[in-house]
Amino acid sequence: MDTIQYSKGQSWSLIFLRIFIGWHFLYEGIIKLYNPSWTAKGYLYSSQGPLKDVFTWLAGDSTIVAVDMLNILVLTSVGLLLILGLYTRLSALAGIGLLLLYYLSHPAFPGLPQGPAEGSYWIINKNLIEMMALFVLYHFPTSHIFGLNMFFKKRKASSTTNTQSLQS
Amino acid sequence: MSEENHKNSGWSRRDMLKGLGGIPVVGSVWWAGASYAGELKREKQSILETLNINASPPPPTGDMSGDPVRVGIIGFGGRGKDLCRATGFATDAWLGDMKEILAENPNDTRLKDFMAQENLNVKLTAVCDVFDVNAEEALSSFNREGNTIKRYRTYDELLKSGDVDAVIIGTPDHWHAPISIAAAEAGVHVYVEKPMTHNIAETYALREAIERSGIVFTVGHQHRQTQSFLTAQDVIKKNILGHVSLIQVNTNRNDDNGAWQYNIHEKASPQTIDWDEFIGNAEMVPFNKEHFFRWRKWWAYGSGLSGDLMTHDYDRINCVLQMGIPTSVVASGGIYTHRDGRNVPDVMQVNMDFPDFSTGSSQEEGKEKGMTLVYSATLGNQFDRTSLLMGHDASMELGNRLTIYADARSTRYAEMLEAKKMDPNVPIYQYDPAANGVDAVTSATAKYFANKGLLWTYRDGKRVDSTFLHIREWLSCIRNGGTPSCGIKEGFEEAITAHMGGLSYKLGRRIDWDGAQIVPIEGYDLDEVLLSNKEKLV
Repeated sequence: MDTIQYSKGQSWSLIFLRIFIGWHFLYEGIIKLYNPSWTAKGYLYSSQGPLKDVFTWLAGDSTIVAVDMLNILVLTSVGLLLILGLYTRLSALAGIGLLLLYYLSHPAFPGLPQGPAEGSYWIINKNLIEMMALFVLYHFPTSHIFGLNMFFKKRKASSTTNTQSLQS
Repeated sequence: MSEENHKNSGWSRRDMLKGLGGIPVVGSVWWAGASYAGELKREKQSILETLNINASPPPPTGDMSGDPVRVGIIGFGGRGKDLCRATGFATDAWLGDMKEILAENPNDTRLKDFMAQENLNVKLTAVCDVFDVNAEEALSSFNREGNTIKRYRTYDELLKSGDVDAVIIGTPDHWHAPISIAAAEAGVHVYVEKPMTHNIAETYALREAIERSGIVFTVGHQHRQTQSFLTAQDVIKKNILGHVSLIQVNTNRNDDNGAWQYNIHEKASPQTIDWDEFIGNAEMVPFNKEHFFRWRKWWAYGSGLSGDLMTHDYDRINCVLQMGIPTSVVASGGIYTHRDGRNVPDVMQVNMDFPDFSTGSSQEEGKEKGMTLVYSATLGNQFDRTSLLMGHDASMELGNRLTIYADARSTRYAEMLEAKKMDPNVPIYQYDPAANGVDAVTSATAKYFANKGLLWTYRDGKRVDSTFLHIREWLSCIRNGGTPSCGIKEGFEEAITAHMGGLSYKLGRRIDWDGAQIVPIEGYDLDEVLLSNKEKLV
């Protein structure tokens, strides 16, 4: 995968896409992190579709605290890693998992009540689109071009080709 | 680091920028999120501090240990069965139905809730019902290990049997007072359904009997157990709403059951129903199955919308405001949705005026005083209208949840509204007894969930039947002493107000209360008017 050669336009489009999605995840995570009364309870209780029972169960008193914490943790760390450019493929997968859960709890299936949403959707909604964008990022990594990962790549490369200069 | 070193490590400035470029982005987003969340929190804090409402559920009632209380049930019909279930006794038929329902719908929690209900340490020892089928159902369901129940043909025999310490009265309205008075005289504690009485004279007679007897007496306004009431009282005490000039409470129902068109049992006959005992002090008419099963439709046995349903709403408001009996009442309405031979109205508006009452004021002294409570009901539509207390500074929706909206023209909140710290369309305060805490300035999304009743409703098996809590409170007062939340004083106010509503409707005129009595109207015996089997007299 590292062998993919991007044109300038391609690499900057992918980098911006990565940072934008990271930005979105991080902000959502931080807002919740700094608001102690935030909870996904209402969102989960209003779940629709075939997995309604699972999400309603998750909203229960015994599970909701863990669900809220995990949600904040995943949102914040996926956001951080995507922006910083470290473990971006793993982050993309985690983000995909989270978005899939969001989608399944309120799927935009025809016939289901849409709930509070700012647009109109039929099967495909913004959660699903953001999820697909993360799939793109998974397959077209950019952290070796822009991000902390660059240092690891360089170091690896240096350690094999320029051992002497590093030792000096 | 010199250029030489850069070259040696293989990292140019350009590389450093590309490698670390994400860090300022992270910093900015983090800062923006944290400061926005902080701002929201500060706004919320400042509103909550301004309001300073103590959100607290009522204290738990006392313990249920000791000898079991021996309870008799008088009137084992629809409501009587509910009351027994709240006491811990469900009929076999109900348990069977619930098991069937549960098999079809695993989410139905009624059976689970009943099984999880606390044991109130009660023995159901006696039943009196004039319909054999009802009485026999109690015998067959409740004669079981650890409980022996006996049937009595009349309430008098039951009260004098020595088998009961307390009775639950779930009869038609015209029997409420006579049985309660007899119980008080026999030293038996009473839980009676609403309305407390069926006419004016017996309201005074019952009050006297209770005060003389010293028994524990409760009227069945289970809404008093709604957890938000103490909070609502604190809202009024702290003058959050300002001067409340208008309150609206409502009944909206749109089905036969809600319009008292109950099922007539196939086994009903003069052989299975003790008709004379049913009629009691009402005017004797020939045996009539409809009168027996659908008694709420006639003034002779029931009390119409004003006695049957308005009493609940009036008492909910009286519980919060303690405004007592209205100075005057004007009612109107008619039989507009169920023209089936009934003589009580099915559409009714009752305006209750309290010209000398005030919840408080935020404006210059003397400007505000007086309040109207409007009860508005139809049995032909079930649009959900909320109970609303409208004050100069804020409006409060009162239900299981309690929601307060600032008024756009409020005096008290003028500065906060001006500074956009409060928005008249977004609740400034919301209390939900099932939630861990309180919330203010809820977002549009949270509001959407809250309005749908999705936020913090009683789930996870924590839903508690308010009738159960009300009976528990009554039993606790019997065991441990104390005063029930809806005792004779509250019952007296409820009953007189209901009768004023009924009188105003039937006479088509204003009915006044002078502080001690309903002001007499020349040419009418008011009790005769109330009991008369005519829809309207004027």
